[in-house]
Amino acid sequence: MSEIKITTPLSTEVVTSLKAGDRVLITGYIYTARDAAHKRLVELIKANKPLPFDIKGALIYYVGPTPAPAGKVIGSAGPTTSGRMDAYAPLLLDMGLKAMLGKGWRSQAVKDSIQKNKAVYFAGIGGAGALLSKKIKSAEIIAYEDLGPEAIRRLYVEDFPAIVANDCYGGDVFIEGRQKYEQEK
Amino acid sequence: MNFRMLSEKQITQAVKELFLQCPRILPQDALDALKKAEETEESPVGKSVLKQIIENSHIALAENLALCQDTGTATLFVQWGQGVLFSGSSLTDAINEGVRQAYKEGYYRNSIVNDPLFDRKNTGDNTPCIIHFEMIPGDKVIITASAKGGGSENMGAVRMLKPAEGIEGVKKFVVDTVSNAGGNPCPPIVVGVGIGGSMDKAALLSKKALNRTIGQYNPDERYKELEIELLRLINNTGIGPMGFGGRVTALAVHVEFYPCHIASLPVAVSLLCHSIRHKEVIL
Repeated sequence: MSEIKITTPLSTEVVTSLKAGDRVLITGYIYTARDAAHKRLVELIKANKPLPFDIKGALIYYVGPTPAPAGKVIGSAGPTTSGRMDAYAPLLLDMGLKAMLGKGWRSQAVKDSIQKNKAVYFAGIGGAGALLSKKIKSAEIIAYEDLGPEAIRRLYVEDFPAIVANDCYGGDVFIEGRQKYEQEK
Repeated sequence: MNFRMLSEKQITQAVKELFLQCPRILPQDALDALKKAEETEESPVGKSVLKQIIENSHIALAENLALCQDTGTATLFVQWGQGVLFSGSSLTDAINEGVRQAYKEGYYRNSIVNDPLFDRKNTGDNTPCIIHFEMIPGDKVIITASAKGGGSENMGAVRMLKPAEGIEGVKKFVVDTVSNAGGNPCPPIVVGVGIGGSMDKAALLSKKALNRTIGQYNPDERYKELEIELLRLINNTGIGPMGFGGRVTALAVHVEFYPCHIASLPVAVSLLCHSIRHKEVIL
């Protein structure tokens, strides 16, 4: 099965061509944020204040990297559990967020919002922190430096591997995959 | 009885060395289990995930990076021989200093917040760590260190079953816990089960069980059969590597048990992700 190369920012045309189970290689700028940063972003949205980056067409990567050793752009940088951001995701999707990258399944509310907003959720390989760090070519903190590993960073990635977990048609790799390999007692 | 001394410096140094290594290196039994999983996995996506997990371990070694960015809560089981005296002022502080130094020098992530409910401010040095002390006969100190990530930790569970629920109740609780976690704990996982004791004892046993070498069974035949049966049931869920679907959801199930109250059947389940990070030293 071959990989589909995609670049950020993502257009609706590209997003609607993706189906659950597709393997992708992501190139371009992406933004990192986890629980604490999401809480602040949602507070900004509710207060009608501008966000620290342009959310339209953006991809948010749920990650808190290890510090970069000398000579390296970033430390270990695999995905964190996306479910913890479920409470915040629908609002960001309504604001124009096009893609999320993390690991593990999403709630029905998030899946519904993905469908409604023609967005996509990618799942990366959790725990492959060293392997994935090599796909990150630059990293800079753009907001919330006080959050340390949880700061918002802008990363440039090249051929970052992931799987389409939830497409905009209701497809779900976690449900479909498990059904295929489930066995009765 | 002969007494021997261990100094603050010796403890700090030993703990530091353990935690410099842990987050970077997969123990041999873990690597062997992952390779075997890759061979037996039927799902193409699952096989690909396992290949990349194994490749990741080689890259981590070569590049001197942590296997996973979640270098976790530093957790220690310290078995302190009765014949050993500590000459420092605080054993807990000496251990925390070792963790502090390792996470700084290893460029590992500081993932601890000071207060869980209100401020949640990062402590900036990955302390305090979590230490379980046990006094044992003899004059050795055995320290088992593990770096345990939040993802798998969040999927654990404890339940106080009724004794009437019996073995079927235990199986259902364990399998349901894994089933409800899906891909969140980063399968393929190792499952630790603590049965008996009390609520806290069962939880502790389930955590301790994760440090057992993969391939070792409980020495009690009945519990060994339970370990084998639970592994079969868990792998029948079809969750697979990273939850994408497959035949390998767990690499092993380790059960520990302890005597308990006539009215109780406590059961605890701890899940460990595929970044199996634990190391032991004997001082």
